[in-house]
Amino acid sequence: MLEWRWEFVWEVLPRLIEATGNTLLAAGGGYAIAVVLGLVLALAQRTPYRGLTFVVREFVEFIRSTPLLLQIFFIFFVGPQFGIRLSPWTSGMIAIGLHYACYLSEVYRGGIDSVARGQWEAATALNMTAFQTYRRVIIPQAIPPAISGLGNYLVGIFKDTPMLSVIGVTELIHTANAIGSEHYRFFEPYTLVGLIFLAISLPAAGLIRLFEGYVRRKMGL
Amino acid sequence: MSFTEFLLQYWPRLLSGTGITVAQFLLAAVLGIAISLVMGLMKLSENRLMRGTAITYIEFFRGTSLLVQLYWIFFVLPLFGITVEKFTAGYLAVGMNIGAYGAELVRGGILSVPKGQWEAALALNMSPAQRMRRIILPQALVNMLPPWGNLMIELLKGTALVSLISVTDLMFEARQINNTTFLSAQIFGTALIIYYILARFMVTPFMRWLERHMSRKMGRS
Repeated sequence: MLEWRWEFVWEVLPRLIEATGNTLLAAGGGYAIAVVLGLVLALAQRTPYRGLTFVVREFVEFIRSTPLLLQIFFIFFVGPQFGIRLSPWTSGMIAIGLHYACYLSEVYRGGIDSVARGQWEAATALNMTAFQTYRRVIIPQAIPPAISGLGNYLVGIFKDTPMLSVIGVTELIHTANAIGSEHYRFFEPYTLVGLIFLAISLPAAGLIRLFEGYVRRKMGL
Repeated sequence: MSFTEFLLQYWPRLLSGTGITVAQFLLAAVLGIAISLVMGLMKLSENRLMRGTAITYIEFFRGTSLLVQLYWIFFVLPLFGITVEKFTAGYLAVGMNIGAYGAELVRGGILSVPKGQWEAALALNMSPAQRMRRIILPQALVNMLPPWGNLMIELLKGTALVSLISVTDLMFEARQINNTTFLSAQIFGTALIIYYILARFMVTPFMRWLERHMSRKMGRS
């Protein structure tokens, strides 16, 4: 029977905590790309250019229906074939950012659709340009209903970062694998990684709910 | 090598990989649906122990990532004397993970059945089991089918991770072929398209059909 060795835990914990930093960095970096690109993808689907709308729509569907793991490999390996070398971190951020941008574009779309028609008409009546309308009228009202979706995908992106280990990003799972093969002990590293994920994602989900409530109150909803 | 030659040479491996992916998908779906039902009902139970078990299960599997769960089942369980074959470990992990998300859908679906239906079943002197099976669940099913469509796509994408414990699914074959030929764009591109076809032209239309079929049966079309 296997026993849990505390001294081994204390020995490897500092390395895992360091890797947690990398995991959070990867999640944050990917999310930053996704938040911006997602808005672009959502707005591109609202332009009057039929061709553009169609292409973006199909692209989003394609990315959302295919595995992130495969997209990570695609971006990491296809670049060098055409002479573009990307580091594991760069390709990982692009893959995860792009993948979640497509999910977030749907969240934004829902938020924008929930803005009342009268708001658009009022902006037109005030002779605002399209840019002004979005920036000052539509988007500020589209964000609050989208917050729970935006927050859930932040936790989602965090839980998907272990996939970056396959191209050599030294996040939690990658480090746990390394520790496991150095010491021939996988029990503690993998269990600790699971606990670290729980310890971050559960409070994060709670905080997002609190934040959502706060924003709704602020907006007088 | 032209793309046609490439396909002619590697189609048998791509096909067998796709077969394994579909098998993993179906097995994980059956397991996931069963777990969703049990955990969803347990979370609504009056019994505190049942409710607590369900909440722990759901929060645990939703709070950690699928890859961590997969590695834990495959690498750590054998240390306790429970050896799981890799193919089994694959669909077990994916199914158990999806089950946690599905349980919330089941719970939501059941709660969305109007209170009058519960009271009517009570008035007809039905036992709790009869009430659930004949009155509540059929209506809950119709209500929760649309989000299940999305969950099934997530499940299909989740099966790609089993390649990391060497289950020879489509993702695994793609990586192997890439390692020997370095034709990354061709092989990963083809694999992306196969996953897309599975998701968009098989899983989604089936779920849509099921939605229509069920709501017709309930006389709601």
